[in-house]
Amino acid sequence: MFSTLDLSVIAPSLPFLWTGLQYSLKLTLVAMTGGIILGTFLALCRLSSSRVLAGAATAYVDLMRSIPLVMVILWFFLLIPLMTGNPVGAETSAMLTFTAFEAAYYSEIMRAGIQSVSRGQVAAGDALGLTYRQTMSYIVLPQAFRNMIPVLLTQTIILFQDTSLVYIIGAKDLLKAAEIAGKNYNRPIEMYIFVALCYFVLCISLSLVVKQLQKRVAIVR
Amino acid sequence: MNYHWNWGIFFEQVKNGDETYLDWLITGFGWTIAVSLTAWIIALTLGSVIGTLRTTPRGWVVALGNAWVEFFRNIPLLVQMLLWFFVVPELLPKDLSMWVKQDMPAKEFITASVCLGLFTSARIAEQVRAGIQSLPRGQLYAGMAMGFTLPQTYRYVLLPMAFRIIVPPLTSEFMSVFKNSSVAFAISVLELTFQSRQMQEDSEQGIETYVAVTILYFVCAFIANRVMGQIEQRTRVPGYVTGKH
Repeated sequence: MFSTLDLSVIAPSLPFLWTGLQYSLKLTLVAMTGGIILGTFLALCRLSSSRVLAGAATAYVDLMRSIPLVMVILWFFLLIPLMTGNPVGAETSAMLTFTAFEAAYYSEIMRAGIQSVSRGQVAAGDALGLTYRQTMSYIVLPQAFRNMIPVLLTQTIILFQDTSLVYIIGAKDLLKAAEIAGKNYNRPIEMYIFVALCYFVLCISLSLVVKQLQKRVAIVR
Repeated sequence: MNYHWNWGIFFEQVKNGDETYLDWLITGFGWTIAVSLTAWIIALTLGSVIGTLRTTPRGWVVALGNAWVEFFRNIPLLVQMLLWFFVVPELLPKDLSMWVKQDMPAKEFITASVCLGLFTSARIAEQVRAGIQSLPRGQLYAGMAMGFTLPQTYRYVLLPMAFRIIVPPLTSEFMSVFKNSSVAFAISVLELTFQSRQMQEDSEQGIETYVAVTILYFVCAFIANRVMGQIEQRTRVPGYVTGKH
């Protein structure tokens, strides 16, 4: 059954697939960085004593988590040009969407991370006369972040897989590149198999790295 | 923001046909529920079996279960959807392949349900395994001491406890199935996301369309959450942290 596969089309399309993969990776990195920063702020808002801030952050996180990502991508793609008055490309729109969407998921992780730091640490900060901001940035957040590195990276693997969904607005990521290459050579089957293999190898190697890291990062208590 | 609002759009007729846009959304809602529930049944059945096998003392069975989980967890759902739709029929024996491609009824629906079902089964398998492994070792020994065979120990001792413990994570998995069913748009299942794109292009009332569809997804998530909440209440284990006292 595999005899009809023609794998010779893969080698010449590699440079093209690489440009697609570069976009996927760029999108993942941008959304991860932006998402973690925004997510940390959301987590701090949810844990703050201000009811308004906590309520708003909770509403945002719950909203994002109960809508399918595909719908969020469509929403942003529709709304950004309406709000700014300029058409933005699918690629830029996807970056903003993923940052906003992933922030909700990262914020849940960071919230768990912050709550995993023992109360005594905050009290120690207070006792030293540090302000809230100093306690957070020098004492709590570094520990929370360290505890959560494996979970944050696992979320990033999911994020990397989800970037394939930009397909719906036609952004040129790895999957789209494979589809185009498949059409050009009239060999879609080989391309789909190859692209699935690419995702698989990348994701499983990253998850092995996470497993190793988990052992190293763990704080001995 | 320069936008022409028209909330009455749902009752207007589509451009080519005598249906209204509301009919499109209702069709979409129906397919979303059909795909999600079918996938959920497949996922729960397979996921329970594979998750259980991963806790048995047979090394090769565990390895097989692990391979299953890693395979479905490390390929994006959208890519899996395309694999099942375009690639798998090509790899089948010739006659079967022709039948699948040309004569299989509700081809898109079956493909999407199977794909989403297997994808979710890997995640459920992971939770079932964690549930079983969270039980104290003594439970297994107690079963063995009673003279149960290994299957009996699982059936009467371990699984009834494990399943009740993992109801909360299963709740979020059940809600995810509805969200993930949106990926079926890629193989032209007429579910909500597909219909919303179609309606947006046809009516050019994007915001109204997406608001309606988003609300419908909310409804799915809410109902899924309530149903599982009920199950959780009824199956609570007395004496456990969340149980009745």
